Amino acid sequence: MNSTIYSLIGLASGVAFILALKGLSHPKTARRGNLIGAFGATVATLSVFLYVTPSGEGTQAHSLPIHNLGWILGAIALGLIVGVPAARKVEMTQMPQLVALFNGVGGGAAALVAIVEYLNLGDTATTAEVIFTVFTVVVGCVSFSGSIITFMKLQELMTTRPVVFPGGRFVIAATLVAVLGVSVWVVTALGTTPLLVLALLSLLFGVLFVLPVGGADVPIVISLLNAFTGLTVAASGYVLSSTLLIIAGTLVGASGTILTRLMAEAMGRSLFGTLFGAFTAKPQAATGAQEERPVRSGSPDDVAILLNYARRVVIVPGFGLAVAQAQHTVRELADLMISKGIDVAYGIHPVAGRMPGHMNVLLAEANVPYDQLAEMDEVNPTFGQTDVAIVIGANDVVNPAAQTTPGCPIYGMPILEVNHAANIIFLKRSMRPGFAGIENELLYDPKTMLLFGDAKASLTKVVSALKAL
Amino acid sequence: MDAMAIISIFVLAVFVGFEVVSKVSSTLHTPLMSGANAIHGVILVGAIIVADHSENNLELGLSLAAIVLATINMVGGFVVTDRMLEMFKPKKDASAAAKKEDEAAKGGQK
Repeated sequence: MNSTIYSLIGLASGVAFILALKGLSHPKTARRGNLIGAFGATVATLSVFLYVTPSGEGTQAHSLPIHNLGWILGAIALGLIVGVPAARKVEMTQMPQLVALFNGVGGGAAALVAIVEYLNLGDTATTAEVIFTVFTVVVGCVSFSGSIITFMKLQELMTTRPVVFPGGRFVIAATLVAVLGVSVWVVTALGTTPLLVLALLSLLFGVLFVLPVGGADVPIVISLLNAFTGLTVAASGYVLSSTLLIIAGTLVGASGTILTRLMAEAMGRSLFGTLFGAFTAKPQAATGAQEERPVRSGSPDDVAILLNYARRVVIVPGFGLAVAQAQHTVRELADLMISKGIDVAYGIHPVAGRMPGHMNVLLAEANVPYDQLAEMDEVNPTFGQTDVAIVIGANDVVNPAAQTTPGCPIYGMPILEVNHAANIIFLKRSMRPGFAGIENELLYDPKTMLLFGDAKASLTKVVSALKAL
Repeated sequence: MDAMAIISIFVLAVFVGFEVVSKVSSTLHTPLMSGANAIHGVILVGAIIVADHSENNLELGLSLAAIVLATINMVGGFVVTDRMLEMFKPKKDASAAAKKEDEAAKGGQK
């Protein structure tokens, strides 16, 4: 294959990625978009086997097949054996962790590629090439270790609370200065030892950078690290003279940045606040005394009666619903209410679940049509006319403290204003606070009824009680 | 490659990247993040190129590790995104699918 055809294939793959991102922006075209992206990636991968890129300036390309072909195919096979089953078997509830993990290995791959490039840089390497290579090593390592920490937080292998230690921000600042200093050293000295030091410091920085981020903000960080990995791919493309890598990497970098901003906006957080908020937040007042207050709890029959005489019901699902695997039961309840002529909508908070849009995926899994899912801006003005709001396994996203208590960790986050509904039903396992760890005043509200127990068991009882009415 | 050409490609790609996702609804944030994540798995191409160029065992070993990781990123990413999107259905399809599934469940109980 000659270089023109190879470049054209690269360009076509780049276009496929643009179409993929475009398609992914709309529910109707999303699946096709993803398949176009997969097709582009496959074609691009196949094309490298058929064209040998010259290594460095002045050297001639050797003839086909490419060197180390057997090893390369073996490594790809190993990647398939690990990656495909993981992607097929993962529970939808664990999606954010898997995305974090995939992003981390991508960052790791980019860093490794850059390290090999660095070892291969001859005397002819330009300063720009060296700088881009070093940039990829740094950012790839940060993305790798940072993603591993986000994975551990989401998988609850470690605490989901922000981890802050005395002088933390100075340690982070010092590490960052060290990373930059060593980068300059690596660029000027071109040695293997400084590169190793740099890689280790970058890995450390990635860990320190993510530790102070609270559990609820972790998805924003994943999205940011995703954009970082994109940029490293673009930088690798510069060093390897691959237009495709430049286009693909830059696309992911740019769209990832926008997506990060959209997510931060949906959560009412500034990006800066997300990353460094833990250092400035004031310690919370003790809430021990409040837990003694009485709450009104009801039976499934009470709930069924309330629902039977309602005209409009809004269901607010949270991550607890998914944990209890109650998506199908919820759909059953909604269908039953619709058949009784009740106006039913699902109020979906942008960050319901563990990641923006996560709840939509979970409900789609239970065959809830996406046009029944109302976004926050649509559903909030209707709570005044809503007879019953059923909150299932959600807490932080309906907590009025976000609007009324300056200084609490979720202050400023837009919420679903269920407090404007005539009646509120909370399905909860216990009085334990939500992911962000904040007490919810709404639980003590006189118009709130609590139904304790496993969400699925409770809903099943409500469904049969409602059928009997 | 010509530096000016590269800068042009980079700048244009930034704008295209901003443009294509600027209006995406929060419904699709998770699949979009996952899909974009899969796209940067195309670093696999770079990993194969450096594996071809490897001059010693250390370089080859590092490149092969990069290939394994990049393959996981790319293939796993696209597969999992497809799994998520497969479930997004409009009203008609969803109720039909739901009925089918419920019947299957009932059949299982008998």
